[in-house]
Amino acid sequence: MTSQAPHQPWLQRWHVKPIGWTILLVVLLVASSRMTGVDVGMFLSNLDQFTALLTRLSQPAWDYLPVIMRPLYETIQMAILGTTIGAALALPFALLAAGNLVHNRWLRSGIRFWLDLVRTLPDLLLAAIFVAIFGIGSTAGVVTLAIFSFGMVSKLFYEVIETIDMGPLEALESVGAGKLTVIWYAVLPQILNQFVSYFLYTLEINVRASTVLGYLGAGGIGVFLQRSLNEFNYSQTAVIILATLVVVMVIDGISNHLRRVLL
Amino acid sequence: MVQETPIISFKNVNKVYDNGTVGLKDINFDIPRGQFLVVVGLSGAGKSTLLRTINRMHEITSGEIRVEDEAIDRYKGRSLRFLRRKIGMIFQNFNLVNRSSVERNVLSGRVSYYPTWKSLLGLFSATDKQNAVQALQRVSLAEKLYTRADELSGGQQQRVAIARTLMQNPKIILADEPIASLDPLTTKTVMDILKRLNQEDGITVIVNLHSVALAREYADRIVGLRAGEVVYDEPIAAVTATDLNRVYQEV
Repeated sequence: MTSQAPHQPWLQRWHVKPIGWTILLVVLLVASSRMTGVDVGMFLSNLDQFTALLTRLSQPAWDYLPVIMRPLYETIQMAILGTTIGAALALPFALLAAGNLVHNRWLRSGIRFWLDLVRTLPDLLLAAIFVAIFGIGSTAGVVTLAIFSFGMVSKLFYEVIETIDMGPLEALESVGAGKLTVIWYAVLPQILNQFVSYFLYTLEINVRASTVLGYLGAGGIGVFLQRSLNEFNYSQTAVIILATLVVVMVIDGISNHLRRVLL
Repeated sequence: MVQETPIISFKNVNKVYDNGTVGLKDINFDIPRGQFLVVVGLSGAGKSTLLRTINRMHEITSGEIRVEDEAIDRYKGRSLRFLRRKIGMIFQNFNLVNRSSVERNVLSGRVSYYPTWKSLLGLFSATDKQNAVQALQRVSLAEKLYTRADELSGGQQQRVAIARTLMQNPKIILADEPIASLDPLTTKTVMDILKRLNQEDGITVIVNLHSVALAREYADRIVGLRAGEVVYDEPIAAVTATDLNRVYQEV
């Protein structure tokens, strides 16, 4: 008696699919670098420029630190305000965009289209617009960050919502609870910790983004970053980058801690 | 003596899914108040669908279902929530909110008695908080009041789910494969609790089961479904093993 294993199709035996995809990917990569004129050779031959820049960055002017403490503080405040406003506005939209909660396809598509639109607007464009509206200062920065966070967080949120266990929702519905109560009791507890971690992730991104927004006069540390770069004062740039790094690391630490506690 | 009106009655109930699959076919039977009814049948025979038509978690295509002598098909919004309020439901996967405390899970069975804003703020009356403890006492889990639901074993979670249902003050309990994810010992505990609620509180209990042995042990009456049709319906005294095996024959 011989044990009869089912016949393995040759497609599977010779790993045709994964190999095919890999080849296709490499071809596309090479083709796109050809078409866009990316010159890898130039990247390698000009590497010494890069090291020269790094050497100059490697001597941070620590006496510059007290000067940037205030704007750095302002940057953090802007990021917290902007992220909080954006995330708070994102929650109802995320609920309406989640396919497992809203069965009306038109409503859902409408909301998603609107969210796509918001995400498409580049933050630099938003900053330029709001600096024109609110004038130079952190108000423009906060509004820009709020809209940017709204676009990003709402997508992250609704994707989380779509992965929840539907059982508790069914139970709450069978109890006779209304829509809002179902969301409050059965949806929110399931997504809360991921919300917090996405919120902090967005906050971290916003701290970095606001350094760029300063370029357009939207307040915060970015103004100082731009000034130091314009003056080719790389030792000051280095201090700003390191200080921002510390802030990002602190947020990351808080995020890790909260995720452990809330899980 | 006047015959008491049944608490639930199915009249020519049909359900066809959008893709053309027949879910339920010409269901006709009555359930008297206080009965412990077990529905048996293969997976996909329509047991879950049948159960969920009673609290309108599933809609039917034609026919009429009456609960406490009222047609339920026209219920909407508030009246639908009132229907569901008097019908408790127990699930195979317990369907507790894992991250919430046992207390919060049990109290969530009460939300339909409160206006939305009070439910959202968690403003439950002292009486209801006391009732939550009592409900847990009835399933012998009062000491777990402040434990998180996902720290409990499967059997304990199902008992919390029963306590949640008790908070509704239900007249009917629908249990959809309540013991399918439990071991034999906890199975007995959960079935005993359901039987006790049926006998002590007079709650009408309808249970979907796979196990014919359990059905014969607990039921007052057994209904067999096959391919959405009632192929068997006998009071427990008339049930024989050979009869029941017919239900499980291939179509």
